[in-house]
Amino acid sequence: MKKRLTALALGALMAAGPAMADLVFPSLSYRTGPYAANGIPFADGYADYFTLLNERDGGIGGEPVKMIECETGYNTEKGVECYEATKGEGALVYQPLSTGITYQLIPKATADGIPVHSMGYGRTSAKNGSVFRNIFNYPANYWDGASVAITHILNAEGGDLSGKKVALVYHNSAYGKEPIRTLEELAKKHGYELTLLPVDHPGQEQKSQWLQIRREKPDYVIMWGWGVMNQVAIQEAVNIRFPMDHFIGIWWSGSENDVLPAGEKANGYKALTFHNFGSNYPIYADLKKYVYDAGKAAGAGDQSGTVLYNRGLYAAMLAAEAAKTAQDIHGTKAITSQMMRDGMEALEMTEEKMSALGLPAFGPEFKVSCENHGGNGFGAVSQWDAAAGEFKMITDYFQSDQDVLNPLISEDSSAYASENNIEPGCN
Amino acid sequence: MFYREAGDFKTSYQQDNQTFPIRFDRYRYYVVLAVAFGVVPFLINDYWANAILVPFLIYAIAAIGLNILTGYCGQVSLGTGGFMAVGAYACYKLMTAFPELSMFIHVILAGGVTALVGVLFGLPSLRIKGFYLAVATLAAQFFLVWLFNRVPWFYNYSASGQISAPERDVFGILVTGPNAPSWAVYLFCLIFVTFAGVLARNLTRGTMGRRWMAIRDMDIAAEIIGVNPLTAKLSAFAASSFFVGISGALFFSVYLGAVEVGEAFGIQKSFLVLFMVIIGGLGSIFGAFAGAAFLVVLPVALKLVGVDMLGWATDIVAHFQLVIVGALIVVFLILEPHGLAQLWRVAKEKLRLWPFPY
Repeated sequence: MKKRLTALALGALMAAGPAMADLVFPSLSYRTGPYAANGIPFADGYADYFTLLNERDGGIGGEPVKMIECETGYNTEKGVECYEATKGEGALVYQPLSTGITYQLIPKATADGIPVHSMGYGRTSAKNGSVFRNIFNYPANYWDGASVAITHILNAEGGDLSGKKVALVYHNSAYGKEPIRTLEELAKKHGYELTLLPVDHPGQEQKSQWLQIRREKPDYVIMWGWGVMNQVAIQEAVNIRFPMDHFIGIWWSGSENDVLPAGEKANGYKALTFHNFGSNYPIYADLKKYVYDAGKAAGAGDQSGTVLYNRGLYAAMLAAEAAKTAQDIHGTKAITSQMMRDGMEALEMTEEKMSALGLPAFGPEFKVSCENHGGNGFGAVSQWDAAAGEFKMITDYFQSDQDVLNPLISEDSSAYASENNIEPGCN
Repeated sequence: MFYREAGDFKTSYQQDNQTFPIRFDRYRYYVVLAVAFGVVPFLINDYWANAILVPFLIYAIAAIGLNILTGYCGQVSLGTGGFMAVGAYACYKLMTAFPELSMFIHVILAGGVTALVGVLFGLPSLRIKGFYLAVATLAAQFFLVWLFNRVPWFYNYSASGQISAPERDVFGILVTGPNAPSWAVYLFCLIFVTFAGVLARNLTRGTMGRRWMAIRDMDIAAEIIGVNPLTAKLSAFAASSFFVGISGALFFSVYLGAVEVGEAFGIQKSFLVLFMVIIGGLGSIFGAFAGAAFLVVLPVALKLVGVDMLGWATDIVAHFQLVIVGALIVVFLILEPHGLAQLWRVAKEKLRLWPFPY
């Protein structure tokens, strides 16, 4: 039996020897499993943006982009396999779209010198770039999300939350547990009462959690859900006639797929976001001309303009802009993952840049630095309009409570640094 | 031609009872060991270690463990994922509490802790059998996962509820953490697999194994000929959980490095290991290896063929994987209910007579 090992090892030798000609952007996507409904639009947007760059501009700075897609099914073991399979190809940056896989990759990618961009997910304290040199989570992170949600509730309640009850319905995993620390800190500051309601993977069974909500009647429900859990939660909220405008989801719980199954009754559901919606942007004309009409759209090509498709575009755009920055810094077109890291650390997104790319006012402005890998923590609240069938922004971008978050981030990142013998520093 | 027994005389009982009585088989076994220990570590790279060999070795230990319980002693268990979680969390607590000890000690102690927990959950097997026991072990699965999610002491009060393996070494060579060289990780797992294989083989062909098999074949008859069901069943649970615990500890500390209990050790894991045992062959140590190799390597091979060679979309290949693996399981169960091990046995019989079959 173990003969087979020898054969495998010999095969490995032959398979080794990576070709490093193009700029390689792996896409660890999931188009199958309980999270596919959310994974597909993101993966399509990510792929279509790079296709557009290749077709329209011949890549980034004239260097063609090679996007390697690898199916993870939101499963960490497959994520590791995908990481190992693609890193030899000269991968520049990983965006796994899974907090579990991000936790997995943080030490591995750091050891291999490859940056990870966990945009709005992953480990929040990675914002402290002096500890997490290779990990980025701009433009916003989970603790920003939690704080933005509380600030929104605060504004709706006229600035006073004392005696109010807030329930957190969360995916019982590292992802869902992320905001608890912040919500507890904020509860101390604002005096609301926090109830924690975990939902186990994959999240199809939530009857008892919503029964508890019906019994305890919290004033607001905040949700940290993903995949099929979102749809079920919104349906359950409709079933117990919970007021939808008091139900706020994180940005991962605010896509069309999540609200459509509940129909008209989901009208008024709120979700956070760190980028804009819709297809009313100049870039969509280019996408239509170079990608859709040329028959090069990724997947089934039916996700264009949805919330998560736009987020995929945004993620790819930030990666491409970081690659451009890296090319400028190092004066070479064929950048390596180390140079890509420098590019990400020097990335600055301004209104002019976004307008020039055909995405005017698409996301908040921010500037990355070694001390701040996480942007400025601006988020906005959107609301589902069931009649129009789209999420509408109901607030401007506003900043999270940095006074509460910054101490938490430095505490958590220094704990990580001492656990892993990392000397924090920017050089 | 191969496997010829002519001239291969046994002159003592010891020789007659050895694991590989045929000379060719014995030499093949030594060659495989020599290659696995002496050649592969020099050729291995990160991809082959982390994507194929290390998971294969770890699942092989889990399959050996479940095979002892289900294949040899006939007690169906759906709690493998939960017991792997016990091994992983025990290893984590030991690693963080006694950082100066060698990883070998941590992993073996984690196996010991799992053996105790296994005995505890094995107690109902004295009263309930078959499907009902499967349900009782299923309860163990859900209870253990719930416990590790619920009680923060197990994950050292970390904010994410995940456990992550700190860097630990064996004789100064790192075997856990991102900076561990792939050859060290591979060899570390290989040592445990070899140890588990030899131990399991010798347990199952000795007095202990005969008692287990007697219980499996007919428990009342076994009791009448003097087998104590209490000790037989509980020792099977203990031995099985010991191996499963070791595999869980390695799965967490060496292979993944960070796990979330619900995702890594859920009910799917229990089924996966059960499928390995069934496809490989119930009641066969070789079958545990064959089943683990089949279910670890096949999805990767299908992915390589589908995505990298044929250039199909990743989701189509992922769906095909499910269809093909599912279909193969059904085909195997119909054509060869005794699994890959039986296929190997039949092939060996044919080879002994080849080229003059009668």
